[in-house]
Amino acid sequence: MALFSKLFAKIRGGQTSQSDWAEIHDSLIAADLGAKNAAEIIEIAKKTKSDDISEAIFNSLKSWLSQNSRALATNSVRTTTVMIVGVNGTGKTTSTAKLVSHLKSENRTVLLAAADTFRAAAVEQLQTWAQRLNVEVVTGPVNGDPASVAFEAATKAKEENTNYLIIDTAGRLHTKSGLMDELGKVRRVVEKVLPIDEVLLVVDATTGQNGIVQAKVFMESVVVTGLILTKMDGSAKGGIALAIERETGIPVKFIGTGEGASDLEVFVAEPYLNGLLA
Amino acid sequence: MFESLSAKFQGAFASLRSKGRLKSGDIAEISNEIRSALLDSDVALSVVDFFIGELKARTDLVLEDLNKSTNPANAVFEIVNSLLIEILGGSARRIRLAKNPPTVILLTGLQGAGKTSLAGKLAKYLKDQGNTPLLVASDLQRPNAVTQLQVVGESVGVPVFAPEPGNGVGDPITVAKNGLAFAKDKLHNIVIVDTAGRLGVDAQLMKEAKSIRDVVNPDEVLYVVDAMVGQDAVNTAKAFLDGVGFDAIVLTKLDGDARGGAALSITQVTGKPIMFAATGEKVTDFDLFYPDRMASRILGLGDIATLAEQAKGAFDSDTASKLESKFASGEDFTLDDFLAQLEAMKKMGSMTKLLGMLPGANSGAMKKQLEQFDEGELVKTQSIVQSMTPLERNDPKVLNGSRRSRIAKGSGRQVSDVNSLVERFSQAQKVMKQMRSGKGGMQLPPGMALPAGMPKAPAAKVINKKKSRSGNPAKRALES
Repeated sequence: MALFSKLFAKIRGGQTSQSDWAEIHDSLIAADLGAKNAAEIIEIAKKTKSDDISEAIFNSLKSWLSQNSRALATNSVRTTTVMIVGVNGTGKTTSTAKLVSHLKSENRTVLLAAADTFRAAAVEQLQTWAQRLNVEVVTGPVNGDPASVAFEAATKAKEENTNYLIIDTAGRLHTKSGLMDELGKVRRVVEKVLPIDEVLLVVDATTGQNGIVQAKVFMESVVVTGLILTKMDGSAKGGIALAIERETGIPVKFIGTGEGASDLEVFVAEPYLNGLLA
Repeated sequence: MFESLSAKFQGAFASLRSKGRLKSGDIAEISNEIRSALLDSDVALSVVDFFIGELKARTDLVLEDLNKSTNPANAVFEIVNSLLIEILGGSARRIRLAKNPPTVILLTGLQGAGKTSLAGKLAKYLKDQGNTPLLVASDLQRPNAVTQLQVVGESVGVPVFAPEPGNGVGDPITVAKNGLAFAKDKLHNIVIVDTAGRLGVDAQLMKEAKSIRDVVNPDEVLYVVDAMVGQDAVNTAKAFLDGVGFDAIVLTKLDGDARGGAALSITQVTGKPIMFAATGEKVTDFDLFYPDRMASRILGLGDIATLAEQAKGAFDSDTASKLESKFASGEDFTLDDFLAQLEAMKKMGSMTKLLGMLPGANSGAMKKQLEQFDEGELVKTQSIVQSMTPLERNDPKVLNGSRRSRIAKGSGRQVSDVNSLVERFSQAQKVMKQMRSGKGGMQLPPGMALPAGMPKAPAAKVINKKKSRSGNPAKRALES
């Protein structure tokens, strides 16, 4: 375990000093776990015998992870529908492309819906990816109704019995209730044709404590089933994901680690937790 | 998040106020509360420690004097306020224009910070001030970033220099260099260079950004950062400062609800000021950054300045002057005027957000009311008025039982809803009459007449209604 190995080596040697605790606390804060969570971890660790502090911290972090399934939903008889949602600039379109690549490597057929009709050139961005990955994408007019694009795509996916339909939506701040309602409408309209199996909220690893509110609000409007944690190749540790899991029970399903189509990994708890504390 | 920060600040000061004479220990106590409030708002640890250290030093220094003042708690509050303003950069700073045009502005930042959208907003802002900006598309990495900049440029009527298609094709350094030459040739007085997003830890891309900087020799390098960023804000900002260097910061997505932390952290750690703030998806949602207004919002003093500006924007001057003259000439305030007000209010954005800018909006009771405020009420009220005939709108006295029941049917509401609207409206009318005759003694800004019949937030609604528990475990966790 890379768990502040130096510090723990020192603690094992003798008494844990006030400054050692402060150092652990600060590292947890620096990983974006949040002040309340960090304080709680310290409480738990203080109660354990000094030689298992490192294990105690690791285990309690682990116990905060969601118990929900981290596997991407799949349906063997009909099209599996996935909606990609999130605030602006977290990497929804790139994640959509990565997910396509991931599914294609498992020999699944995929249809894309470019339901981000708002941001300039978002449709073109998805089209470029679709071309690279050799999948079809359903588009609509600029500033058109995203729900109608999604509906059209769902109808097409159902007719052709595509394995997956992935709907890329426009970024929206969770504070814009009008835009959140629009997202709910996309969901409802698609459900007239196909059930929605998965709603993935894309969260940027650099996000601070605001991520929790984001997750809650998106949860309310479209019932999020999983997270994609992006930009994990940077210096941010993405501790907000653990805070979100603890608070909402929404599990991280994938992590994004680069700008290429193959830079998507299935979430694995141990390396993530070790990374938080490194 | 931001709201919770001001709520905590207010809570801390409320307990301080109850103390009267202050001791050193009281300051330590409030320091701890402020510390946790700042951490919860993503203010970087080092900055929190600095802030608390400064606060203690400054209050200790003047503790004697503080206790001589009539309200010591307020004096501490003032110290906190000025410290916030100081860290946020003092006064707003403007773009430095080059002595020999063109002025070159280089945009840098992480992926998804909002550089390309910002490029458009900045171009429009500068163009509206009489400049002739040129946008240069040096983000050749992200698929269709070039197209995005072209669309953005077109929408604000600013030309875009984009010789390369992007999507991995072309050299951003050459594009930037040629863009500058093009601007000189065509006499553009400002050049805005949009670059690809990059991570602070990506040494190769940081080197590329530096090379772009070296060829265009910018007058202002702007570091664009998402206001929702967490503790990593400091690391990344330092990486950019060391790698490319920057002169000022632009804070984007300030229309979200997380904004205290990043602003404080980055300015304090880098010593660079925040120059602009982007506050929405429209190209006009962009303004200079005002440290004092930001500090006020953090402390829950409200943001009257911004509120007044938004009101000015939403009430077109025609409607406002019509209302004013009506008011002056002693005409009755009618339901039609009321409807116009509702429309204007809706244009200003969500009521919750607007009311949130008022002083004290984040204190306990008021905040609860705000949270329970149903935005839909405005629409319901509007639909009732719209179901009335012109006669009824001009003279609500004609509203007898059968008219009311027709209106209720037409608007899909209950008769009781119609009754309560009419009741509240006639009360508002009375208030207006009193004010005109000078009895009210209340001065209202033009166009900001009383939001008559404004739906009140349900004061004593039972909050914990036993709802059906969701089948989704994640959602259920949220409900409890």
